[in-house]
Amino acid sequence: MNDGTSVAGPPTGPVTARVILSAADIDRALTRIAHEILESNKGSSDLVLLGIPRRGYPLAQRIAAKIAATDPGFDAAASLGQLDVTMFRDDLRKNPARTPQPTRIPVQGIDGRTVVLVDDVLYSGRTVRAALDALVDVGRPRVVRLAVLVDRGHRELPIRADHVGKNLPTSSQEKVRVRLAETDPEPRSAEHADCVVIEAPAPGAGA
Amino acid sequence: MRHLLSTKDLSYDAALTILDTADQMAAVGQRAVKKLPALRGRTVVNLFFEDSTRTRISFETAAKRLSADVLNFSAKGSSVSKGESLKDTAQTLAAMSADAVVIRHSASGSPQQLAESDWIDAAVVNAGDGTHEHPTQALLDAMTLRQHRARTEGRESTRGLDLEGMHVVVVGDVLHSRVARSDLWLFTTLGARVTFVAPPTLLPVGMGEWPCRVLFSLDEALDPAPDAVMMLRVQRERMHAAFFPTAQEYAREWGFTPERLGALDAAGASTAIMHPGPMNRGLEISSAAADSPRSTVLDQVRNGVSVRMSVLYLLLAGDDLDTPTDPARLQER
Repeated sequence: MNDGTSVAGPPTGPVTARVILSAADIDRALTRIAHEILESNKGSSDLVLLGIPRRGYPLAQRIAAKIAATDPGFDAAASLGQLDVTMFRDDLRKNPARTPQPTRIPVQGIDGRTVVLVDDVLYSGRTVRAALDALVDVGRPRVVRLAVLVDRGHRELPIRADHVGKNLPTSSQEKVRVRLAETDPEPRSAEHADCVVIEAPAPGAGA
Repeated sequence: MRHLLSTKDLSYDAALTILDTADQMAAVGQRAVKKLPALRGRTVVNLFFEDSTRTRISFETAAKRLSADVLNFSAKGSSVSKGESLKDTAQTLAAMSADAVVIRHSASGSPQQLAESDWIDAAVVNAGDGTHEHPTQALLDAMTLRQHRARTEGRESTRGLDLEGMHVVVVGDVLHSRVARSDLWLFTTLGARVTFVAPPTLLPVGMGEWPCRVLFSLDEALDPAPDAVMMLRVQRERMHAAFFPTAQEYAREWGFTPERLGALDAAGASTAIMHPGPMNRGLEISSAAADSPRSTVLDQVRNGVSVRMSVLYLLLAGDDLDTPTDPARLQER
């Protein structure tokens, strides 16, 4: 989970920021992911979308709306949830405590259904590992798949995404920030109401 | 936050963080697997120098739901009855590498002594010290008040909600009550107004500086109806002097009688009736009040586990913060 509000990070010097995906790009990527999910699940039956807070949830909401637009049989409200992974992280002792977010599972549960985990950025894979542990305590899905908006590489665990909005080769010095209208309300131009930004230490800044 | 010793030095933000986290902990109790792995491999010691069943069980449940190992230590039947000092007990626990110590002691200030000394390097949680403070009780009371507020105002979520503008009446033995003190500081921090009602003999000296109103008549405090009334337990074990003439007179003047309940119902008030437990039915609270839909006694017990999970989690998570980590990793938290 890429928490853009975090103050921790590499030494904060001058940074250069570059927009990688605009609102329209994100919308197209999510449309494609929605179709891929329907294709791999052969329809929308028994499908559950679980967003990982904070930015995975609004992305899951949007994907659910797109699936519902394609397949009228899909009940977006009954198939959408949020899965908080804070208490399952492996780095709890090394980081300041965070306030957990609510976990909301659809009333029908997840047993025997296809669960698609949705997150904004896939990086080390540790968030997804925590999510898989959290999922075990909720029920036993038939299949678990992973959809992410951005895959930036640098995996530390044997985890890969099934549906990727954009593969983004990055250096570990860079930060990938996802800004969504729902979670990051600070004013931006309409074109960048949703956007993905790469921040890199400015060359020669000594960072 | 390294220790939880009192609510007086708890900031507004810290209190809300504890309550918001407790809300999420409460959800764990509803699930099929009522356990979180957050404190796996950590040891929590319940160090109880004073009798307590519900607080100890509540802390034990909280620690176990977070997968911590729990050691229960009560003064009865331990070396303390042979004359071992707090220091030696603490050092023994340190040698067993306890990560957190939950302490209840009859001497006010002993948790602070434990936290500030170098006897043991563990997070200290005050579970009631003398007549000083009982912070987790105040936190669970605040959580209950917050839920009551969300219910009456028709809010969907309590996240980020404080007690701004609420009026809470605390009735009974303020002199001996650590709950009353902790409640006062925390409710005030969260924006609520507190009124103490007690017989003059059961009020401590030096209350003039406390941010509260003091009344001697319960009926006066109930008109207009407050948002909540907290009935304190008459602590018979501390009633060594003649603080009030008879139990009957106390019940009539300061108890929550069926007549007072009837008056609230007639006024159509949404007042909640709270009690930290264990209740003396017929003394400070009548059965009619204790069993009425206004009573939040069982909510308080339930919230107790959630609040204590939240406190243990917030104290023990991040305690390796000083260990250097790869700065590039910090983004992916």
